[in-house]
This record gives sequence, structure tokens and C-alpha cells, in this order.
Amino acid sequence: MSGIVLQGVTKRFGDHLATDAIDLVIPDGAFTVFVGPSGCGKTTLLRLIAGLEDIDSGRLLIDGVDMARTSPAARGLAMVFQSYALYPHMTVRANLGFALKLARRPAAEIAERVEGAAAMLNLTPLLDRRPAALSGGQRQRVAIGRALVREPRAFLFDEPLSNLDAELRAQMRFEIRRLQQQLGITAIYVTHDQAEAMTMADQIVVFRDGRIEQTGAPLDIYRNPANRFVAGFIGSPRMNFLTGPIAADYGCATIGVRPEHLLLDPAGAVSATVQTVEHLGSESFIHLRTRSGEPLIARGTHDLDVHPEESVRLRFATGRVHRFDAEGRAVPANNTCLETV
Amino acid sequence: MSARPRNRAIATLLAWGASLAIAFPLLWTLLTSFKTELEAVAFPPRFLSFDWTLANYRGALADGEYLHALVNSVIIAGGSSALVLALAIPAAWAMAFAPTRRTRSVLLWMLSTKMLPPVGVFIPIFLFYRDWGLLDSRIGIALLLAAGNLPIAAWMLFSNFREVPGEILEAARMDGASLRQEIVTVLAPLALPGIASTFFLVFTLAWNESFWSLNLATTEAAPLTAFIAAFSSPQGLFWARLSAASILSIAPVLLIGWLCQRQLVRGLTFGAVK
Repeated sequence: MSGIVLQGVTKRFGDHLATDAIDLVIPDGAFTVFVGPSGCGKTTLLRLIAGLEDIDSGRLLIDGVDMARTSPAARGLAMVFQSYALYPHMTVRANLGFALKLARRPAAEIAERVEGAAAMLNLTPLLDRRPAALSGGQRQRVAIGRALVREPRAFLFDEPLSNLDAELRAQMRFEIRRLQQQLGITAIYVTHDQAEAMTMADQIVVFRDGRIEQTGAPLDIYRNPANRFVAGFIGSPRMNFLTGPIAADYGCATIGVRPEHLLLDPAGAVSATVQTVEHLGSESFIHLRTRSGEPLIARGTHDLDVHPEESVRLRFATGRVHRFDAEGRAVPANNTCLETV
Repeated sequence: MSARPRNRAIATLLAWGASLAIAFPLLWTLLTSFKTELEAVAFPPRFLSFDWTLANYRGALADGEYLHALVNSVIIAGGSSALVLALAIPAAWAMAFAPTRRTRSVLLWMLSTKMLPPVGVFIPIFLFYRDWGLLDSRIGIALLLAAGNLPIAAWMLFSNFREVPGEILEAARMDGASLRQEIVTVLAPLALPGIASTFFLVFTLAWNESFWSLNLATTEAAPLTAFIAAFSSPQGLFWARLSAASILSIAPVLLIGWLCQRQLVRGLTFGAVK
């Protein structure tokens, strides 16, 4: 079986359970994103796959071979670090060729592969510079190039874009995705930014407290979150949660409605007061407060005409209300919730 | 004149004054080494207006003792410093990049061994060395000085290595570097100033060490410190020649320090001005 398979992968740091018996399949050639709040175990899991940390128990199959005890280099994976981790005392050329040099490849082959990767990433004019003489985006590209040159079984990315400014981040997001699709190499990408996860992934894995909360395609997770945590974590602005009588009407402890499914309607059942309106040009976000004091966000069109302090009425788009039981688990539409409030 | 240049001038003056005060004994020894014995003890002393002579250096070098002691010093200081680095670099790597819960305690324990006065272990070490035939041997002295300087070197390298981002070493590991390659091709070049200043420090300490050298190495393995000590008793009245011998003893270290001062300044202030 190709791809990367994790079976019961557990890691402890002292008393802290960093990953708790993780079972996961990373499909061959797909772009998998690990996402979750900081300290959720996503980076630890990546480092366990890379071999930079030792797995306490469980199996790690890479292309069908258990590599849980194999040295990092022998796993055939390449990693792009958050800090880029370029070798500051080497030129870009030496940085790119370092792994091949360690593997004692012939000089002609090293030169050819380094130049190939450099051309693919527009690094050719920078080959004789040192990392200190490069901009953040250029360093990032060298870090990716260093991974590329090795022709690895999979790319591992550890929050690679978090040190870049917003514009460059969006551009690199696209570049990384394009490169991965072009080469068809398996990629695992760790981020805490749900927008990165949504835009880049074939498969998203949502983590919390060392456990997987949900695995699936971006839109599947967006449309059918498995629980309240995933519902709140994926999507921006985040999903609105309502409890009390409104939720009770739906027979549940909590209901969730995404901002785009909260509609202004004079005949709506929910009344609220407008707090502020954010106009983004293409759309606008209305911050509201219900009579019982719960904050809500609704997504509106660009020409929306409401004003702070205005009282409005809202309704939920049909079939777009997510229901959660008292433990926060999602309740399917045709089930009734046992623990009604 | 505004306040700022005046303060600057005062600070410069103070710095020069302090430097001169610290360097005065050394400079005076240097001057004395070029005087005749008569001028060396003349009162009031002559500052620069005396007959400059190299006779004292010829005298100090005459009996071959100096060269023998110089060779011993180079071998003992160089050998012990090389041994210290060979042990301290892996130790500091382990503490900086693979720390455990007890790393802090190990560091403090290592430092605590420096609090022990050497004279407290002199008798047992002397007896061991006598039985093992290490008395008056260069290897014996070098081993002892290496053991004594190892804690300082491990501490210095530890704090230097901690300035090197661990992710760079992990990147090397992912690229297929063995532990030795990781240390030699990635860590060592990045920590070179720290390693150079550590080497210089332990080299100087070993060069200047006199307690063990005087007591355990009397003739065959006697380094320059023993040479100077031996020189001062029979020829103690010959100030000029003694000064020449002293200058000859410290010259090699001064020369090395001057040659690598740029690396040293970077190494000793590493982290403060990254």
C-alpha cells in the first residue's frame, strides 16, 4: 500500500500526552493539511512522521514499510521548517545540494538537480548568495528547493508561511499547491490557519488535545462538521452558536449557523441589535447582539444598508442549521436530540 | 563644547587610564627586559632613556632550558586543550540539543568541581601518579589540566551552542547527515567563534597553570611556568634577565590572542550582539 499510514501512534512528553493513539491514512499524491489550535499535537505528529521525535508506541507505514524506528534521512521524506532552517554558512547552491552531497552523488548529477530545482523556483540568479542576503520569500523558496532536490517520497511542511507578510503568504500558498500538483508528490502541511487548510488541502485533519477531531475534504468538513469544536474552528468568520430557547426549538442543546446562512428578514424569528458593520467592498459583516446578549455575525452583500443601534430581525437559511448535543457532537438532521434542554 | 563630546573625552581618558594601570606591570617587565642589570635596579628608574640591549634574551636562551620548557608548554597546553574540545563539544551538543530533566543539575555539578581547591586532592593524585609512572610526564600533566578545564569548556560551548537554532541541525538530519557530519559540517562552522574562544581560554589556562606543573613536573616535563619559577631562585637578583625570561614565556600566548582577537571578541560576546 502506498502513501503514509499511521496506526495507534502515541507520543508522551513526561506526563503530557502529545498524540493519543492516532490512526490516519495520508493518501499517495494528495495534499493533507493538519490544522488545529497551538498545542494540539499537529506539529508533534509531523515530527514523529519525519523521525525527529521517537514514536512511543504505534506503527508508521511509509509505502507499506514500517519506518517507526528508521532514521529521518532513510525515510525519504523532506521537511520545510517554519524558520526555513537554511545553512547560513553555505551559498544557496550548497544549501540545495547538501543532501545530495551527503549521499555522495556525482558532482555532475548534483549540479544538474540543483539547477533544475533552482529554475523551477526562480532561484537561478541567487545561487551564489548566502541566506543572509535573501528576502523572506526567497529564503522560503530555497527551503522548498532544498526539499525538492531530494526527490522525496513526501514533503512535510511545518507552518512554512507564518513568517511571511499577508500578500506573500497568499502567493506562496498558491505556488506550493501548484508545485505539489505538478509533481504529484504526497504532502503533509501543518498550519493553525484554517484559511490555509481550506484553500490548499485535498484532505484536512482537524486536531485537538492530541486527538483527531475530524478528517475529510475541505468542503465536507465545512458543510458537515463532526462536532462543535470543528464547526467553530473551520470557517471565517466563525460559526454562530446559539443556546437556550432558540436551540430548544430545534430540539437541541446548541445550534450553529454560519454567517452566510444568517439572513436579514423582517419576518424572521430572531430579533437582534446591530453593533457594527464591516464593509469589505465585495461583501460586509454585520456584528449583532441578540436580546439575550449572545453575539452573532451575519455575512451580507456589499450594498447592505443597516446601521449601528438599528434593530433587525433574522432568520436561518433553510436546512443550514447545525445541531449539537450537550457533549458538542453533531446531531444528524433526521435524528432527534435526546438531551433536549 | 557640548556635554556629549566632553563625556566622551572623559570616558576615553578613563578607559586609557584603566588599561594602562592594568598593563603597567607587563609593560614595565618588557622595558626591564631590554635594560642592563645595573639599569634595571637603578633608582630612580629610567623610563626610556637607557641603553637598549638584547643581552638578557641571549642569556635567558643560552642554556637551552627555555626551548625545552617552551616545547613542553606547547605540547601540554595544546594537547590538553585539544582533548578538552574533543570531549566538551559532544557533551555540549548533548546538553544543548538533547536536554533531559537533569541537564541543569549536570551543568551545576560540573561547575561545582571547579570550587574544589586543587591542593585538597594533591596527595591522592600525587600517589596515583607515582604508582602509574605519570610523575614528570607531559601526558600526565596534560590529562590533569584537561580534566580541570573540561567543566569551563563544556559550559562555554553549551551557552554558545544554544544560540544555534536547533532546526538547522534537524534540517541536516533530514538531509541525511550522521551525528558526526551534523557536528562537523553544520554546528562547528556556525559556532566557530565560540569554539575558538573556548580553545583560547583553556589553552591560556593550561599555559599559565603552575600548581600542578610545579609539583608534578620538575625536569623532563617542566613547562614554562616551572622554568620561570626555577629561574627566579638562583638568578632572582638578575631582574633584567628574569624579565626577559618572563616575556619569552608569555609571548606565544600574546601572539595567538592578538592573531585571533576578532574571533575572540565575537565568541566572548556571542548572543549579546547576534
